[in-house]
Amino acid sequence: MTKRFQLLQGNEACVEGALAAGMKFYAGYPITPSTEIAERSAIRLPQVGGKFIQMEDEIAGIAAALGASVAGLKSMTATSGPGFSLKQENIGYASIAEIPIVIVDVQRSGPSTGLPTSPSQGDYMQAKWGTHGDHPVIAIAPSSVQECYNETVRAFNLAEEFRVPVIFLMDEIIGHLREGCELIPSEELEIIDRGDHNISGMTYAVGEGNYVPEFAAFGEGEHYNITGLFHDDGGFPTNDNHKAYSQGRRLLDKITMNQDAIEKWEETDIEDAEVVIVCYGGTARAASGALEKAKEIEGFPKVGMFRPVTVWPFPEKEMMKISEKCKHIIMAEHNDGQMLMEVQRAVKGNVPVSFVGKIDGTTITPDDILAAIREVYEDAK
Amino acid sequence: MPSKLIENTMRVNRLPHIWCPGCGHGILMRDVAQAIDNIGLDPDKVVIVSGIGCSSRAAGYMNYNTLHTTHGRAIAFATGVKLANPELTVIVITGDGDATAIGGNHLIHACRRNIDLTVVVFNNNIYGMTGGQYSPTTPHMEKGTTAPYGNIDYNFDIPKLAESAGATYTARGTAYHAQQMTKLIENGIRHHGFSLIEGLSVCPTYYGRKNKKGSTIDMYNWQKDNCIDVKKAANMSAEELEGKIIIGEMSVADKPEYTDMYMKIIEKCGGNK
Amino acid sequence: MKKAELRFTGSGGQGVILATIILAEAAYEDKKQVAQCQSYGPEARGGLCKAECIIDESPIAYTKVGQPTLLLSLTQASLNKYVNDVQEDAIILADASIEVPEEVKAAHKVYSLPILSSAIEVIGNPMSANIISVGAVNEILQLTTQESLEAAVLNHIPKGTEELNLKALHLGAELARG
Repeated sequence: MTKRFQLLQGNEACVEGALAAGMKFYAGYPITPSTEIAERSAIRLPQVGGKFIQMEDEIAGIAAALGASVAGLKSMTATSGPGFSLKQENIGYASIAEIPIVIVDVQRSGPSTGLPTSPSQGDYMQAKWGTHGDHPVIAIAPSSVQECYNETVRAFNLAEEFRVPVIFLMDEIIGHLREGCELIPSEELEIIDRGDHNISGMTYAVGEGNYVPEFAAFGEGEHYNITGLFHDDGGFPTNDNHKAYSQGRRLLDKITMNQDAIEKWEETDIEDAEVVIVCYGGTARAASGALEKAKEIEGFPKVGMFRPVTVWPFPEKEMMKISEKCKHIIMAEHNDGQMLMEVQRAVKGNVPVSFVGKIDGTTITPDDILAAIREVYEDAK
Repeated sequence: MPSKLIENTMRVNRLPHIWCPGCGHGILMRDVAQAIDNIGLDPDKVVIVSGIGCSSRAAGYMNYNTLHTTHGRAIAFATGVKLANPELTVIVITGDGDATAIGGNHLIHACRRNIDLTVVVFNNNIYGMTGGQYSPTTPHMEKGTTAPYGNIDYNFDIPKLAESAGATYTARGTAYHAQQMTKLIENGIRHHGFSLIEGLSVCPTYYGRKNKKGSTIDMYNWQKDNCIDVKKAANMSAEELEGKIIIGEMSVADKPEYTDMYMKIIEKCGGNK
Repeated sequence: MKKAELRFTGSGGQGVILATIILAEAAYEDKKQVAQCQSYGPEARGGLCKAECIIDESPIAYTKVGQPTLLLSLTQASLNKYVNDVQEDAIILADASIEVPEEVKAAHKVYSLPILSSAIEVIGNPMSANIISVGAVNEILQLTTQESLEAAVLNHIPKGTEELNLKALHLGAELARG
């Protein structure tokens, strides 16, 4: 019997969440700081009748996971910076072939081998734009060990519901952090399974107002074709530009038209905040620390926090609303300004946006954020 | 009117195929279909996985579960399909570039695992889809658009490579020897473990023209005249075998299969309950 | 209970990481809020090693220890490196073999305990130094119940070493009591 409350690393909680969501297959390649995800999957999957395989490289890791998903199993692969770069081509394949998969990226300092054990959020833009071509993708960034559990469940649900690759964009801070975690059993969670429909012929056709075709596993019903080429409603390659447009448009629309169901964020003290810190993932812990301290500093402005949990698609409408109420936004992230560009785009110049970032492998501290608030405050005087 | 076999095994409305006149791939694809038909497999339980290149277009024409993947990765995708559902018969159709250049790592590691896949390599000695660049099986000093002065690479012997990496069934056939090729594929599918069958194809458009191999007919005749069955070759001298290609079953071994061993792990962990 | 921010330091292989995990797990079992992390480096054995653990009654926002309320050092090098970066009223717990500078002794409550030598001479296993440390730290700070602490120790040690490790845990407390 699994103990309900456990002290777990973020990486371990991610695996437990995946299992609760129904993960039955993991394929990957070891890489710091994500390796604990492979190690725990290797132990846990056969215990629940699932399969684990360590492949020969990162590319094979995602390829085998996609193959298993096509054969009907909820699948996951995990990696970090260099491996995330290697997996990009097959992320695009999953997007166009509409194969559900969860890809965990425990971000570390880059580029290249970089600082393998140091935290970073330098893959934020890559999570959206890493593979070539316009394509749909969802990315989620957890800020606590509990969220590694709960949000992995949501990642699987979104992957299955929308037939898209979901990037679980962790970072070293959260991946290696140990905290208490409640292992909520599947029966108490909302679990979305792909509709195991027996499709006949038009495998990629959708009904009016619907964006996601039904999906049957290989071997479960009538046989059909899957390809990474643009294809017609029957799943066969086509060079017809009208058909290519209709497929490409639908792939993108299935995210934009369902954005409300995909978006998720957390707001703290936002109502009357003069300064709003925008942050995600591990950085949120420093921002929360800064918020606590700011309250105790006399004469300080009222500070709030906006934390996107779904980081792609970016919650631009909510960001816009916030910018209409506050006086200043501070973006804090462990890179040289990536989500910063999304924030600037979303607020359309409503308020000044300043930036706290790190690219040296050290972590942003509450004091770093307090210093940025102080600067804003001094400037305003 | 398509033949009964074509009607039973192909997506007739997807035909004719895109391969050039004279290309050996159509024959090899038919051999795969004939082998599946001979065994009498349920088409809903057969999965054909392919990568990218001329060979890999075969998947789209064949009336089974077909997965046309990314360049070089067919065997890795197939490994996931097979391990996820060992009940499925998983056949990989790939080319010389797809399987031994960009996908070479996946090939040797799948051999090593002895996972029950049947990999059929349509070897046309060239990158055809991109217009005739030299591949890992372009013979030494022959030409491609990227080897204008002759290819100084040495070429792979694919069955030998697979056998030494751990494949438990290896064979070589040709487009010309269609009946033998069909039998080799059939034996490969029936073999419980990793099987590799190299099918020597014919590429008149690029390989043939670049290397002055004559007409399409000349190229098939070359296969007829220069390929020696492995049993006959056993009684021939090294001089007699000079410049010849040996075809037939190269190696068969008996070794526990990967998914079987994994199912035992699941049983041991109590995951089968 | 005051928020405890612990920094355990030593040489890779001495088990200081596990020591912080055991304390965090025991405190979590006692319904406290905990956060544990460690420095990762390429040296699995022999290099300088640092692990941290925060234990509090209320939720922990920032999970890294800035300046600890207690520093444990099992080697001279680790004490030298970390001793000047602690809170004003921090407690220093050092192995008896370590030379603690006079100014540190003047500024802080310092426990100099024979952890490493007792592990060998009393317990008969140098690998038990981390468990002795856990016993000593908990005796000094009273972070967790004895019951949870023993359960956490037993959850993380190889089978067949239960008796030895519990003995080490109790010995640590005894050493701290003086």
